[in-house]
Amino acid sequence: MPINILMPALSPTMTEGNLAKWHKNEGDAVSAGDVIAEIETDKATMEVEAVDEGVLGKIVISEGSEHVKVNAVIGVLLEEGENTGDIGDAAPAAAPEPAAETTVEEAAPAAAVSAPAAKPVTAEKEFTGPTTSTTVRDALRDAMAEEMRADENVFLMGEEVGQYQGAYKVSEGLLDEFGEMRVIDTPITEHGFTGLSVGAAFAGLKPIVEFMTFNFAMQAMDHLINSAAKTNYMSGGQMGCPAVFRGPNGAAARVGAQHSQCYASWYAHVPGLYVLAPYTAADAKGLLKSAIRDPNPVIFLENEMLYGQSFDVPDDDDWTVPIGKAKVVREGSDVTLTAFSIMVGHALAAAEELSKEGIEAEVIDLRTLRPLDTETIVNSVKKTNRIVSVEEGWPVAGMGSEIAAIMMEEAFDWLDAPLKRVCAVDVPLPYAANLEKLALPQLADVVAAAKAVCYAD
Amino acid sequence: MATAPKGAASKGKAGKAKTKPASRSGSAKTGANAAELLGYYRDMLLIRRFEERAGQMYGMGLIGGFCHLYIGQEAVVVGMQAAIDARDAVVTSYRDHGHMLACGMDPKGVMAELTGRSGGYSKGKGGSMHMFSKEKNFYGGHGIVGAQVPIGTGLAFAAKYKNTGGVSLTYLGDGAVNQGQVNEAFNMAELWDLPVIYVIENNRYGMGTSVARASAAKELYRLGEPYGMPGEQVDGMDVLAVNAAAAKAVKHCRDGNGPYVLEMLTYRYRGHSMSDPAKYRTKEEVADMRDNHDPIANLSKVIVESGSKTEADLKEMDKEVRAIVVEAAEFAQESPEPNASELYTDVLVEV
Repeated sequence: MPINILMPALSPTMTEGNLAKWHKNEGDAVSAGDVIAEIETDKATMEVEAVDEGVLGKIVISEGSEHVKVNAVIGVLLEEGENTGDIGDAAPAAAPEPAAETTVEEAAPAAAVSAPAAKPVTAEKEFTGPTTSTTVRDALRDAMAEEMRADENVFLMGEEVGQYQGAYKVSEGLLDEFGEMRVIDTPITEHGFTGLSVGAAFAGLKPIVEFMTFNFAMQAMDHLINSAAKTNYMSGGQMGCPAVFRGPNGAAARVGAQHSQCYASWYAHVPGLYVLAPYTAADAKGLLKSAIRDPNPVIFLENEMLYGQSFDVPDDDDWTVPIGKAKVVREGSDVTLTAFSIMVGHALAAAEELSKEGIEAEVIDLRTLRPLDTETIVNSVKKTNRIVSVEEGWPVAGMGSEIAAIMMEEAFDWLDAPLKRVCAVDVPLPYAANLEKLALPQLADVVAAAKAVCYAD
Repeated sequence: MATAPKGAASKGKAGKAKTKPASRSGSAKTGANAAELLGYYRDMLLIRRFEERAGQMYGMGLIGGFCHLYIGQEAVVVGMQAAIDARDAVVTSYRDHGHMLACGMDPKGVMAELTGRSGGYSKGKGGSMHMFSKEKNFYGGHGIVGAQVPIGTGLAFAAKYKNTGGVSLTYLGDGAVNQGQVNEAFNMAELWDLPVIYVIENNRYGMGTSVARASAAKELYRLGEPYGMPGEQVDGMDVLAVNAAAAKAVKHCRDGNGPYVLEMLTYRYRGHSMSDPAKYRTKEEVADMRDNHDPIANLSKVIVESGSKTEADLKEMDKEVRAIVVEAAEFAQESPEPNASELYTDVLVEV
């Protein structure tokens, strides 16, 4: 059967163009790949190549024609053994509909599909056994060591994690126990070693990548988002990225703007990632173990100021904390305080202050920032009817903004006052001690915000 | 194995014997037998015909978005692929259809991904630039220029860590070579002796900017030199020269000597993507490459002159290949669009 040659589109948005020139005449032999015509739009001129072999039997649209519709029949190709008598009425109607139109029509039903309900999170086991007071630093190290003992595919890489024993000593002793093949000092090239770890994860290894601080991970942002987070989706579920990216996040003490930023909401924005930010040593250990075991990429935000703080940690190598579950760390009836990482300490201290004034605050340690445990927050607000979000990051598009939106959508009728956010002030973090203190959320800010939503000023 | 970095005390790079410094190679011919030559011919033809059909389907609006064709560069991937085995991994950029076909991925699944259908390798969720096959050790299809280079280096890291003996073929274009992360990857690969071959497909233009205008270093095969990496420049329009260089580089990696750079001098006949007007090069330049350096036409001459096959035999093979491509194109149009419920699947690996 003769083959219709159709007016091609140069881009998905092109609907018509000019047929500038025919390079072949009727009766000319044509091989696949031969340039047979030239078409032009206001943007470009393009050559049309033959895809099939044969003889140009008929030119339907002559050169110089303008406004030729995409997919209109412009010529007819005869295959071996055919002649012009085989050409019927060249029927432009036979051309397929442009894809662009069908896409618009079909967009509606796709959009109507609702997001699946959040997967129920495995309930956290109540630990009743013996515990040991442990620093957050040691708890993180123990988590890595235990998981590396259990699975030889787990390895640690990063700057100064080996011979130096960790810039913050989190990996102390790991090189001695696991050797150079599994505790790897990298050059100072975050972009490169993060991409390398993603490739290793695609191939079945389970990298733990330590960023000396998350400030430096901005160099690696492309691999964290485009390579680690998106590939499982883009591959139709073939290629997950079982990697953990961990290190201190947020302000330390007097290290200036470039070394003092909270990235929580940046990563929490991205589908395909888990984002964890524990406060206690027990959660640091239990969540890091869960993160290492999980087949998905995990951003694990630590805090330098917490590394030396001690908390009771269960004496059980198999004890883990589920990803996706917040924890009510103090019960109260008057106001809900949400916080994560170091700000949980502020929230708890504020609750004590408030208690002296007769206000009982319920404190929620969010622990996981993506997926956020909305249920725990909403349930608390149903009880307290007031909420303050506390975070160390900037206010604009921060975690508090997200929680405010959730309150609007899911707890509006339960609120007796608008949500208040306690955040860093909206400036790069200053170095001067007095200014730094003014820029970061303080205990008094949390107390004041809680009293404000209780109309107790 | 020893993936670990070596301290200055344990290993002085200066004293390390390298097989060979960077060099240009002529068109070294392998002793390929008739069956191998025919195999190369068929593999290149499949890519050529597949890409021509993809270009046509794009023009018909059946393929959306970006579509980067490999026409003209077929000898590179076919020559390389013939030098590796099932242990080895492949990763490349967004000009990836040829690599997937050369890895043995099903043309139907590749074409159906181009049309965004459920029968595609990524269920229609990846598109032209994002396809993968764990089964065939093909690790994508990456859309950010240069990003596949550290990833490919990580595949080599995993091969060394697990001691599989595998090699990573990491393809990149001339436009990617000056990306910071490429140099970061080169450094780690050499530092840790990772079995990775960086195949630089130098088709002369990164989109519309020529190598001369984009790269201070013009001899791309020498880019590994500062790290102590051997490199070789190869006629990438000659599948036999590619295969000979590939065999040497693979042996270098398998023997534990670390990474290798191959610069393939090649050419893409079509634009950077479908909507490229190609004003940055002359028609004469393109015509000269097509007429005088075409890898498929040149190999067909070698085969016919050797007497193992006639032109008619090759034409018959073309018909068979064309039938495979037509079948793929039909499948790609008949396969349904992904079910709307697929919108929410595969964001995370379900435990």
